[in-house]
Amino acid sequence: MNVRTDIIKPPKQDIFKSGKFRSIVVQIIVMVLVVGSIGWIVNNAATNMKANGISHGFAFLWETSFFDIGYLPFIEHTASHTYFNAFVVGLLNTVLVAVLGIFLATIIGFLIGIGRLSDNWLVARFCGFYVEVLRNIPLLLQLFFWYHAVLRILPRAKNSLNIGDSFYLNLKGLFIPKPIPEVGFNYVLLIGIFSIISIIFLFFWAKKRQALTGQQFPVFYASLAIFIIPILIVSFLNNTPMYLEDPVLKGFNFKGGIRLIPELVALLLALSLYTASFIAENVRSGILAINKGQIEAANAVGLQRVPILRLIIIPQAMRVIIPPLTSQYLNLTKNSSLAVAIAYPDLVHVFAGTALMQTGQAVEILAITMSVYLTLSITISLLMNWYNSAMKLKDS
Amino acid sequence: MKISNVLKLFASVLMLSFGTSAIADTLSDTKDRGHVRCGVSQGLPGFSNPDENGNWVGIDVDVCRAVAAAIFGKGGDDKVEYFPVSAKERFTKLTAGEYDILSRNTTWTLSRDAKIGLTFNGVNFYDGQGFMVPKALGVTSALELDGASVCVNTGTTTELNLADFFRANGMSYEPVVFEKADEVLAAYDSGRCDVHTTDKSGLAAQRTKLAQPDEHMVLGETISKEPLGPVTREGDEPWSDIVFWTLNALITWDELGLEAGDALKTIVGDTSQTPEVKRILGVEGDQGGHLGLDKDWAYWALFEVGHYGDMYERHVGANTPLALARAGSPNAGWKNGGLIYAPPIR
Ligand SMILES: N[C@@H](CCC(=O)N[C@@H](CS)C(=O)NCC(=O)O)C(=O)O
Repeated sequence: MNVRTDIIKPPKQDIFKSGKFRSIVVQIIVMVLVVGSIGWIVNNAATNMKANGISHGFAFLWETSFFDIGYLPFIEHTASHTYFNAFVVGLLNTVLVAVLGIFLATIIGFLIGIGRLSDNWLVARFCGFYVEVLRNIPLLLQLFFWYHAVLRILPRAKNSLNIGDSFYLNLKGLFIPKPIPEVGFNYVLLIGIFSIISIIFLFFWAKKRQALTGQQFPVFYASLAIFIIPILIVSFLNNTPMYLEDPVLKGFNFKGGIRLIPELVALLLALSLYTASFIAENVRSGILAINKGQIEAANAVGLQRVPILRLIIIPQAMRVIIPPLTSQYLNLTKNSSLAVAIAYPDLVHVFAGTALMQTGQAVEILAITMSVYLTLSITISLLMNWYNSAMKLKDS
Repeated sequence: MKISNVLKLFASVLMLSFGTSAIADTLSDTKDRGHVRCGVSQGLPGFSNPDENGNWVGIDVDVCRAVAAAIFGKGGDDKVEYFPVSAKERFTKLTAGEYDILSRNTTWTLSRDAKIGLTFNGVNFYDGQGFMVPKALGVTSALELDGASVCVNTGTTTELNLADFFRANGMSYEPVVFEKADEVLAAYDSGRCDVHTTDKSGLAAQRTKLAQPDEHMVLGETISKEPLGPVTREGDEPWSDIVFWTLNALITWDELGLEAGDALKTIVGDTSQTPEVKRILGVEGDQGGHLGLDKDWAYWALFEVGHYGDMYERHVGANTPLALARAGSPNAGWKNGGLIYAPPIR
């Protein structure tokens, strides 16, 4: 067909009708509405609180808290510290659970996910069973199961389960020896750091060599040797400058050693086992998404099972696994606020619980708490996005 | 469960943020609604606890019933809607207007009064914080508790007194903090904590719920003052007045040594009674009118609920499972050396 080209000429630009202009206007209007509503809500809340004789503002953060917190793995908090300090303690405890939980859930999830595809009937069945059971029971119920059913059958402190007078397990937690550095420990530390640097160099050297000559170097065993042998020698020369402090029962509780409280253990068990069941499914679907030809090709070249998994399957599957993995990490972090259901002093428990109640400043405290969870979630997303783009297939 | 509590709290905050703060008139709202809304505990025997038929009973519940009877007259004590709340959420929900009286073993303190927007309306039970331990522990004084794990309710004065007490005595402890009283008790009973601490009346009540109550004892020390009483929102004086004076009418009748309940039918017609009695019952004068209520407000409160002594003996007294003898305690009337005292109704 013949087309008259002069008709198709773009019409005269009318900026008011251009899509771009309209979109900007709409965005500005929405922005103004959102900011305006927030402003109105804040103002209204402040007026209402004032009218009802409720204090408001953020000055309370610097007031004395007057309450103690039971679990302080990082920083000090006593009744004479401020509410802000209590906030930091709660935040650190939340981050602790989230980080440990993500670590454990990832390991368990990958093992179960890979296990589910195993040729071994028993392993595959067990992993399938694990996923179906844990995924389908509400998390809170699992938390109660670990805390109120499992950890509560432990003996009282006096009748602790005792392993070699060093490890004790009772209702108040798990107590393990604490390594205490003595004079000369710095040399050991120094040699350890030196070994690690050497291992990194070895790694790059071996990689380069393999690229050039095709020869493999037993990096793993060599690294192990480089790490352990110098440390052993230096320790020996310095009369083992480290001593293990055993926990001992003094009065009501064990003193000394490292203590793992049952609240943390229950929370970690519940969060990581539950989340692992979802991660396992992500891993499985990631692996199944890989073209069968890849594995057949690897088999044809004569690669063993483990290298196939490590070098061919997992790296490619990661691209499919990472996005849903990110949302599992986010879920785990948010679910960690179930800590309030047992006595683990996380952010929600300490700050949006005790502090909120003692100050009565619900609006401010909930706003801060929500911003914290938002920030944690965004941080995890950003890290995972960065990792995702690092793992992407690169054209080379 | 717990998460939904956080959500509910959040909803209360939203109400605070969106609602307009018109001049509050809780009394006429209550009359329009036809019942009083009352915040109670989630189950503390003697104070506020559902009985076997699911009806709320207790000395705190009776305060709400008396207010309802004072407002609605005959049979008014049933016109109450109860809202069981945890220690943590009780004030937020009151200030957000979910209920209008909080009668839930709540201690009167300066910061609650002045900072959180609450009004305290007298005291219906004078309490103090104590410690409960298993007898097997061999502890006889609170000063032997250095290093103990202590189970406690979150959002209470208990949590703060505990910190004060151990700090003042240079002792250390591990607080194990739960949101619900039942969880505190279960943790203590299992042995997760060595010590259970709360108001002594609460200890007496909680002890009855333990697997083996006889194997536990309450230590002698009382480490704080816990005057418990009904709470209302700041900013509605007339409503707070009703709550305050209703409670005090019950106390006054106890002071007068007169019988309440059915006996009132004869007392009200007895012209030989004192002017004070006639004034309280609304036979002479109109004290109720000053409160925005009917003349016979106190008559119905006393008729339906009984006086303070009745209320005490029925729920927490020597013949109840709590077995807290009134004589010799701060909850005796002032004429008997106690602290229970009502300003004059005139
Ligand atoms: N009087 C104290 C403590 C009140 C309190 O909540 N005590 C707990 C422990 S006995 C309780 O009554 N719990 C009952 C419940 O959670 O329903 C206060 O006002 O802070």
